[in-house]
Amino acid sequence: MKILVPISIVPDTTSKVAFTDGDTKYDKNNVTFILNPTDEWYALVRAVELVEANGGSVTVINVGEAANDQFIRKALAIGANNAVRIDAEAKDAFFVASQIAEHAKTEAYDLVITGKETIDYNGSQVGAMLAEMLDLPYVALVSKLEVAGTEATLEREIEGGVEVVAVNLPMVVGAEKGMGEQRIPNMRGIMQSRTKPLAVVPAVEVAEHVVVNKFELPAPKTGAKMIDADNIEELVRLLHEEAKAI
Amino acid sequence: MSNVAEQETLKEALRGGEFLIKETKSEDIFIPEEFSEEQQMMAKATDDFIDMEITPIAEKIDKMQDPELMPSLLTKAGELGLLGIGVPEDLDGLGMSFNTTMLIADVVGSAGSFSTAYGAHTGIGTLPILYYGNEEQKKKYIPKLATGEWKACYCLTEPDAGSDANSGKTKAVLSEDGKSYSITGQKMWITNGGFADVFIVFARIEDDKNLTAFIVERSYNGITMNEEEQKLGIKGSSTRQIFFNDTVVPVENMLSERGNGFKIAVNILNIGRIKLGAGVLNGCRAVIRHSVRYGNERKQFNTPISSFGAVKYKLAEMTARNYATESLCYAAGQDVDDRITYLRNSGMSAAESKLKGVEEFAIECAIAKVHGSETLDYCVDEGVQIYGGMGFSEDAPMARAYRDARIARIYEGTNEINRMLLVGMILKRAMKGDLDILSHAKAVGKELLQMPKPANIDRTEAFASEKELISRMKKAVLMVAGKAAQTFGAKLNNEQILLMAVADMIIEVYAAETSIMRAEKLINQHGESADGVKAKLAKLYLQLAINKLEQKGREAISCFAKGDEMRVLLMGLKRFTKHEPINQREIRHEIADMMIEKNDYAYKLWS
Ligand SMILES: Cc1cc2nc3c(=O)[nH]c(=O)nc-3n(C[C@H](O)[C@H](O)[C@H](O)COP(=O)(O)OP(=O)(O)OC[C@H]3O[C@@H](n4cnc5c(N)ncnc54)[C@H](O)[C@@H]3O)c2cc1C
Repeated sequence: MKILVPISIVPDTTSKVAFTDGDTKYDKNNVTFILNPTDEWYALVRAVELVEANGGSVTVINVGEAANDQFIRKALAIGANNAVRIDAEAKDAFFVASQIAEHAKTEAYDLVITGKETIDYNGSQVGAMLAEMLDLPYVALVSKLEVAGTEATLEREIEGGVEVVAVNLPMVVGAEKGMGEQRIPNMRGIMQSRTKPLAVVPAVEVAEHVVVNKFELPAPKTGAKMIDADNIEELVRLLHEEAKAI
Repeated sequence: MSNVAEQETLKEALRGGEFLIKETKSEDIFIPEEFSEEQQMMAKATDDFIDMEITPIAEKIDKMQDPELMPSLLTKAGELGLLGIGVPEDLDGLGMSFNTTMLIADVVGSAGSFSTAYGAHTGIGTLPILYYGNEEQKKKYIPKLATGEWKACYCLTEPDAGSDANSGKTKAVLSEDGKSYSITGQKMWITNGGFADVFIVFARIEDDKNLTAFIVERSYNGITMNEEEQKLGIKGSSTRQIFFNDTVVPVENMLSERGNGFKIAVNILNIGRIKLGAGVLNGCRAVIRHSVRYGNERKQFNTPISSFGAVKYKLAEMTARNYATESLCYAAGQDVDDRITYLRNSGMSAAESKLKGVEEFAIECAIAKVHGSETLDYCVDEGVQIYGGMGFSEDAPMARAYRDARIARIYEGTNEINRMLLVGMILKRAMKGDLDILSHAKAVGKELLQMPKPANIDRTEAFASEKELISRMKKAVLMVAGKAAQTFGAKLNNEQILLMAVADMIIEVYAAETSIMRAEKLINQHGESADGVKAKLAKLYLQLAINKLEQKGREAISCFAKGDEMRVLLMGLKRFTKHEPINQREIRHEIADMMIEKNDYAYKLWS
C-alpha cells in the first residue's frame, strides 16, 4: 500500500500573533514552529500503522522552504519512509493543493491522508481540493480508518452517533481526532531519519486566486463587570444599555 | 560515533583543571546552542516522553502502590531508546557521544523519582559492565540493559560505609573448587533495588586493601531485602537495603580484576557526578517556568506578584544560576568527548578512553555536581517562596520539587566530599607536575609585591572587562590556594574549613568563565544582538560569582594568615576582585521582565 501524507508546519499555539507588510503577512519572527498536530498525530501515525501492519510505504509531502526540513525529518523519524518538499512558500490552500496534486498524479497512491485542518488558518480546504484535482473520492472528519484489500472502512462522528462508510481505494481522507495517537519518535528513528530520502522538487506555476488585504487581531478582551447576584435590575439595565444584548 | 560534528574534533583537547591557569577561549568551549538538529530532536522526544508518560502520574509514582509501575516506565523508556544513548551500536545502543547522554540526562532531570531510577539504571547500573566488563560480560548484559529488558542497580553503600565507601564489610570468599565466590554482607540505600535484575556488588576478598566488583543476578541464591525506605523526597524511586547471604557468584562474574572495585566505583561516580550536574537543569527550568506563570497569575494588592521587584530578583537569580550550570556542564561534557576522541586516536580502546576521558575532568565533574545540586536547591527554595502558601501545598507542583531536589546534594558523593575531592585532585596534580599550579601561584605572589598595573582593556571587544575580571579571579584562587599549600604542606587535607572555601572559589571561577565564554561565543556566531538575555544572565552570574569568591577568599585567608601576611593577602584579594558592581536593579528587572512577558523560561535549547 502506498500512502501519501501532506504535512504542514504551523506556529505553536502559544506563539504571539503579529503582522508585517502593512498587516498583510504573518510575522514569523520569534515564532516556534511545529508539525501541524492533526497531520502528525492522526494522519501520519495512522498511515505508519497501516504500513506497519500491511506493508507498503508512507511518503510525506510538504510545500515550503528549506527551513521546514527539520520538521519533515521529524515526520521521517516518526516512521514515514520518504519525503518530498515542494520548494516554495505555501501561499494559500489552492496553491498547496495544486502542488501536491502535481506530485500525486504520477505516483499512484492508494491513500492520501490529510489532517482535518491546520491550526494556523484552519481552512480545512487542502484535502477537498486535492481530491477534486485528483478526481478521487473524499471523506472528511474521519475518526477511524481501516483498510482491507482495496476497500477502506471509515468512521465519522455525527450528531448523536457514528457513520460508517466504505469506499474503494484510491481515495483522500481527512483525519480527525481518534484516528491515531501522538507517537513519540524513538531515538533510532531519529537517527535513521537523516538517511531517509528527502526529495526537493521545484514548484509548478499556479494561478493566484487569493490576495490578502489585511489581517486584524480580535479586539482585546475587556474586563468582566461583576454585579451583585441580587441586583437583577442593574444586570438588565447593563445588558440593555451597555452590551446592547437585549 | 555517528555525528559529523562529533567526529571532526581531533585536537589535543584541554586538560582537566587547566582552566585555573589558562585563559579559556570562547571558540574552544562547546555551548549547548550548538547541539545538532538530531540531538535536539532527541531532547524534544525525551521531553515529550516525560510530559506524556511521567509528569501526569507523578503523584501515582510517588505513592509506590504498584511495584510494577517504575520498572514498566523504564521499559517504555527503553523502547524509545533512552536507556542506550551512549551504548555502542554493536551492543544494541545508539552509540551517541558523551555530551548527548548529558543532554538526555538534562531533559529527564525534570522527572523527579523517575529521573533517579533512570540515572541509576543507565549510569551506575550499566556503566561498570560497559566500561570494565570483558567481551562475554558485555555481550551477556549490555544489550538487555540498553533495551530495558533488564534493570540494573549499584550496591556500594553499606550501613557503616557511606562517604567512606572503601571501608565496606561485605565479603567475597572463593569456593574450594575455585569456580565461584560466595558473597555475604548488607548493602543500603540501593536505588532500583526492589526490581533490578542485575546488581553491581562491591565486596572485599580476604583482607584486600580495596574492594572488588561483581555482577550479581537477581535469580542467584541468598538475596533478601527490607521493605522500601520511607524517604523525604523522590518517594517513587525504589530504595532498598539488600542482604547477600552466601550468594554464589560464578568467578566469571567478577568485573575487571581483584582489588579494582574501588577504582571502578570512583570512576563510575565521576561520570555520575557530571551527569547529575546536567540532570538538574530541566528540573530548574520547570521550577522557573512554574514560578513565572504562577507569578503572572497570582494577584495581590491588585497586581500580579511577578511585577514585584522582590519576586523579579528571585526569577533572575534562579535563571542566572541555572544558565551557569548549563554552561559549565556542556563545556565540560564536550571536553570529555574531545579527550575521548583524542585518546581513541592515540590507540586506546573505546572503553578505556571513555574512562580516562572522564577521569581527566574529574575536577570539572565534581564542580558540576556541586554547582548543579545547589542551584537546584536554590531554585526550589525560591520557587516555594514565590508560590507562598501554595508552595507549601501538595496541590501545587512546588512541594514535590522541593522534596525531590534535596537528594542531589547527598548522593554521588556528598557535596562536602566533592568539594574536598576537587581541591585534593588539583593539589595532587600540582604535586605530580601535571598541572602547573605552582609556578602560576609563584607569579601571582610576585605580582602582589609590585605596584598594581592598570589593566589594559580593549573595551570595544565584547566582554573585555568581564574576561579581565575572570583572569584576576583566577589569580585570587592561586594566591589563596598557593599560600595555604605553603603553610600547611601535606596537612592541608585536614584543613576542611579552608578547603571548602577554596573549593567554592574554584567552582565560581569555572562557572563564571564558562558562562561569559558562552555569551561571547553566541555573539561571535550571531552578532551583537544575537541573544541579549544570555549576555545578561552571564553578567549577572559573574557578579554573583565575584561576590562569593570575595567572601570565600576572606574566609579562607582568615583560616591561616595573621598580621602582616593577612594584610597582604587581603589587599591582594581586594586587588584581584576589584570591580564596578553591576546595576542589580536594572539587570534583574530586564531578565525577569523578559520571562514575565514570555510567560516562560528565558530561552529554549530544543523545540
Ligand atoms: C535516596 C538515596 C539513594 C541512594 N542510592 C544509592 C545507590 O544506588 N547505590 C549506592 O551504593 N548508594 C546509594 N546511596 C547512598 C549515598 O551515596 C550515601 O548516602 C552517600 O554517599 C552518603 O553516605 P552516608 O549516607 O553514609 O553519609 P555519611 O557518610 O555518614 O555522611 C554524613 C555527613 O558527614 C559528612 N562527611 C562524611 N565524611 C566526611 C569527611 N571525610 N569529611 C567531611 N565531611 C564528611 C557528609 O558530607 C555528610 O554531610 C543512596 C542514598 C540515598 C539517600
